[in-house]
Amino acid sequence: MSAHHSRSQFQRHFRRDEAHVPFSIDGIAYSGRRGDTVLVAIMSATDRLRLSEFTAEPRAGFCLIGACQDCFVTLACGRRVRACTTPLEAQMAFVTRERGNE
Amino acid sequence: MNDTLPPVIVGAGPAGICAAKTLVAAGLRPIVIDEGFRAGGQIYRRPFVDDGRSATDLYGSEAAKATRLHREFDGLLPSIDYMPQALVWNIAGNELHLMADGKHHQIGFQNLILSTGATDRILPFPGWTLPGVYTLGAAQTALKVQGCTIGRNVVFLGSGPLLYLVAWQYVKAGGNVAAVLDTAPFSAKLNLLSAFRFDPRLVLIGMSYAARLVSRGVKIRYNVRPTRVDGSQYVEGLSFKSGTKVHSIACDAIAYGFALRPETQLADLSGCTFRFDDRDRTWLPVTDEAGRTSSQGVYLAGDGSGIAGADAAEISGELAALALIQDSGTTVDPGRMSALVKARRRKAGLRDILEKAFPFPDNWFDQIPGYTKLCRCEEVTVSTVIDTINGGELRELNRLKALSRSGMGRCQGRMCSAAMAEVLSATQHLKLADIGRLRAQAPVKPLPLLLQEGGS
Ligand SMILES: Cc1cc2nc3c(=O)[nH]c(=O)nc-3n(C[C@H](O)[C@H](O)[C@H](O)COP(=O)(O)OP(=O)(O)OC[C@H]3O[C@@H](n4cnc5c(N)ncnc54)[C@H](O)[C@@H]3O)c2cc1C
Ligand code: FES
Repeated sequence: MSAHHSRSQFQRHFRRDEAHVPFSIDGIAYSGRRGDTVLVAIMSATDRLRLSEFTAEPRAGFCLIGACQDCFVTLACGRRVRACTTPLEAQMAFVTRERGNE
Repeated sequence: MNDTLPPVIVGAGPAGICAAKTLVAAGLRPIVIDEGFRAGGQIYRRPFVDDGRSATDLYGSEAAKATRLHREFDGLLPSIDYMPQALVWNIAGNELHLMADGKHHQIGFQNLILSTGATDRILPFPGWTLPGVYTLGAAQTALKVQGCTIGRNVVFLGSGPLLYLVAWQYVKAGGNVAAVLDTAPFSAKLNLLSAFRFDPRLVLIGMSYAARLVSRGVKIRYNVRPTRVDGSQYVEGLSFKSGTKVHSIACDAIAYGFALRPETQLADLSGCTFRFDDRDRTWLPVTDEAGRTSSQGVYLAGDGSGIAGADAAEISGELAALALIQDSGTTVDPGRMSALVKARRRKAGLRDILEKAFPFPDNWFDQIPGYTKLCRCEEVTVSTVIDTINGGELRELNRLKALSRSGMGRCQGRMCSAAMAEVLSATQHLKLADIGRLRAQAPVKPLPLLLQEGGS
């Protein structure tokens, strides 16, 4: 279940040379760019944000404007953030259910 | 004591900005609350950080308006109390409840302008929850705010002015557009000819997107019905019907939607009376032509009071502010007000035609398989919803929500309420107007746990 981590869904057309911002998903290191939302950072590195609550199907957000609430992700500290409206911060450590978390 | 309360504006899109400007010009100091990082609203949303793109790169034909509104708002900052990144999550009596900086705030108001805008109007179809499927507004937001496309090869699907606009913006930014699949027949577009007399500039710009897409080799198909998203972990293609044939197209992302739906939750919580609107197939708050509602001191402006577009939002923002000033006992220029009312009517006329040119697929329910997830939050299928309706002989939306859990999840029905209403009305052969209206509930959006646990 980790092959998807190498396939990026979003494609950057601008800000490519912006400063890198390191973060991790289930302990694997990635880097976003200064000015990324959490959603863009994760979706530019992989192709899903989370698994759905009831049927564990992959999800990746939907509206990007804070309306659908499909994009909540969990930080290692337990805090949950809405990925599309939260700026990426260096060293954010995301955990997903795929590694037995949650 | 109440006389000293400043007016409050919720939403800093074109409507809220124009309302603020008008209040400031009248010597008032409004509080302006907006959930976003920077003022501008949806259409004039600004990137998080400067990425070298010009206003024309970001806003195309609307660049001059975007620049003017941003400048006007920035100029207002010394004269208003601006609260960015603040979510108004409840209105209880004359108190706004909001969340800002992880803290709970309560603001009393005497006069309130709600300019909360709109979100994409969505109808589910099989596979719509897969990674890579986004709303048209999302596809645009990814590009405008973050400089990203939602995939390498994107299908644009649905109906509404954003369909062609965003597809063109993707091509211009260097993205690959696999196809534009319009759910309306080509004949619907002929309605645009009668929109000329209302706004020739807008109509010409709108038509030019389709022409430019074709000139870049993008295939446009009309009268399309999506049947399913192909792929199990992410989007690998789209199957759709065109005429009697089923086609498949390879793509890795799909941007779709059926125009917009107004954000009316706060108006509902403030106690406004609603009416059913046949054109928009939804309930809208009742207002007079200046934006006064049935709730004393509550005014509405912009798309949140009915979809009318960004130019109309500017007009209605100024109107609502003038109405507020007038109702507070200060004389306003009657000529200005009636000119604005006239301008607003023209925009409404234009909207009627756009709705015909980009119609809602009102036969969606006839073709939707039962296994389709109708509610993406609670993961309730169409057949579960139909069984719940039949089992309980349900005829009312709030009952259906309570018993099926559809619409009960975190999005509060923003993504599924249009579909729920279509399913209930079709199953029970009732008019949309006769099945009730989903009530807004606080919090209108989920709050971080901290706040729910009573921390501050
Ligand atoms: C994603 C998207 C993209 C769009 N792109 C285009 C386009 O390119 N061209 C075009 O012509 N039209 C576009 N539209 C339509 C256009 O945005 C609207 O017609 C116009 O913005 C309406 O202006 P408004 O001021 O009414 O609302 P908006 O511009 O939507 O502004 C509403 C503001 O209210 C804030 N808000 C809402 N609820 C709350 C709350 N509870 N608490 C705090 N703040 C709140 C929001 O954060 C937002 O900033 C788009 C719509 C969407 C949804
Ligand atoms: S993607 Fe819809 S709320 Fe974040």
